[in-house]
Amino acid sequence: MSGVNTLKERTENLKIAKTIKLFIGGEFPRTESGRSVPVYLHKTKKLYANVCVASRKDLRNAVTAAQAAQKGWQSKSAYNRSQIIYRMAEMMEAKREEFTESLTATLGLTPVQANKSVDAAIEALVYYAGFADKYQQVLGAVNPVSGPHHNFTSTEAVGVVGLIANEKFDLAAFVAQLAAIIVSGNAVVALLSENGSALLAPLAETLATSDLSKGVVNLLSGSTEELYKQFGLHMELQSLSVQLSDSKKLTELKVLAADNMKRVVWPTEQPVSLEHLMGFVEFKTVWHPIGY
Amino acid sequence: MRTISLQKENGFPLAIQAVSVDEVGATERADFFTKRSVKKDSKLAALYLALSMCDLTTLEGSDTPGRVQQMCAKARFPVPPDMIEPHLQKRNLPPIPAVAAVCVYPSMVPVAVKALAGSGIGIASVATAFPSGQAPLEVKIEDTRFAVEKGATEIDMVINRGAFLSGRYQEVFDEIVEIKRACGDAHLKVILETGELGSYDRVRLASDIAIEAGADFIKTSTGKVTPAATLPVTLVMLQAIADHHRRTGKKVGMKPAGGIRTSKQAIQYLCMVKETLGTDWMTADLFRFGASALVNDLLKQIYKELTGRYYYDKVFSID
Repeated sequence: MSGVNTLKERTENLKIAKTIKLFIGGEFPRTESGRSVPVYLHKTKKLYANVCVASRKDLRNAVTAAQAAQKGWQSKSAYNRSQIIYRMAEMMEAKREEFTESLTATLGLTPVQANKSVDAAIEALVYYAGFADKYQQVLGAVNPVSGPHHNFTSTEAVGVVGLIANEKFDLAAFVAQLAAIIVSGNAVVALLSENGSALLAPLAETLATSDLSKGVVNLLSGSTEELYKQFGLHMELQSLSVQLSDSKKLTELKVLAADNMKRVVWPTEQPVSLEHLMGFVEFKTVWHPIGY
Repeated sequence: MRTISLQKENGFPLAIQAVSVDEVGATERADFFTKRSVKKDSKLAALYLALSMCDLTTLEGSDTPGRVQQMCAKARFPVPPDMIEPHLQKRNLPPIPAVAAVCVYPSMVPVAVKALAGSGIGIASVATAFPSGQAPLEVKIEDTRFAVEKGATEIDMVINRGAFLSGRYQEVFDEIVEIKRACGDAHLKVILETGELGSYDRVRLASDIAIEAGADFIKTSTGKVTPAATLPVTLVMLQAIADHHRRTGKKVGMKPAGGIRTSKQAIQYLCMVKETLGTDWMTADLFRFGASALVNDLLKQIYKELTGRYYYDKVFSID
């Protein structure tokens, strides 16, 4: 039998490369534009994988999916949202190896740095999972007013939020912001920068197996340069979280966002905080008449 | 080919050939229309046309005069004129058209008549025990008369599917004839409720019976049953209209209703009508969309063409 591989040997040699696709409405479609670009290994510059280059229409489809999912997500109980975000942390832990492999291979992080990054992402998920049924008490208030009114303020989700990742791509910051957006019942359409596009696969698989309603989180890979303005222009996005370090782009987005009064939020120094969560809630104050 | 022998009102015999529909062919042909790409100016023209062909509809148990009034206001001005005027001027485009008609229950006809006075927008009313059609003929005729007396210019009747499915074609035919008489000058649209008919052969037969009985329009569905309008079902009905036109020279209209929510779908229907029946049918007199959600999507797409931005449909109206 010399020269003939055994079945075991043959299957061991058979490596099936994963096709990295987009994540829209809980599904894994290819971009409608049919475009793809190669992602190279950070060290050797050899091919790592091909990723989709999402188009304007993919963004539109993602917003439509997010729009459809948002109401249902918002109406889930805070406790349930908390469980689901916690589950995301669990799934991320289970996929740690895939995340670190992708981070080291494509972004050139050392194994220690990659592990730290995953740790921070998981920590952020747990942080916001904990806040899901608590932030309302912290941010809401009963306001003293002079007059026969009971006056109180409560929070509501803003709707569909666009998230544009940093050019260099920081997994922990991205996941933290994602969690800060969805915890209060928003849906999100996120664009991973070119550098982070290979991370779409483990991220999408984490989300798809976390009991998260389809369409609450939608992930696009593609060219930030090509798509960032579309985020500003789209009237169905109610808020933008911009992690870009290019201040010119941020200014442009603020101008575009003014037309439908999108709130534009950009990162602070802190990795996670209640302040981040506040960027994606609206405050509603109710005056309720009371008798003397 | 099976022949269905019916008797006309005047006692003359009427033979309807039960045409067998090639299901695979119809599906393939209909699928072909989903692969078109209509862009830029042609798209804008199609969006305008589709908007002018809409029957803005509310047929809910919870309908109130206020809701109907609100819908009528939207029928006149689908988008507030001052909101879109600057964009139209930039491109030198005509104003956004009003919709073709509103479609309401008979009890709401007076409200619609008042709200639409002088606008030229049609008032369609469903009648004949909509949506089931399961009521005695006298009741159905009375229902129709009431709507017409109150000012409905179009009547959307449902056929008696119970009778049709048990082979009592004469009964179905006679009912349509009777209702047509009760309509007087009002246009009669005959709803086949294709979702309950079960096969394209039956859809075709029901279309032929309705057309022979005097329908001005044939309509796919009530909107209360799924599947409602689909491209292949509409194609089968359009073919029935085409064949009748070839035989007699008479033009019968078509109204797909239910399930058409996006501009993309609407444009697919328009392409199909154009290629099956020709340019003559590209008017609200002979083709309508029974829809309510479609209007906002058409406006969204019109705005997209004008401004390059994707719009939020709640900008136009909160229905």
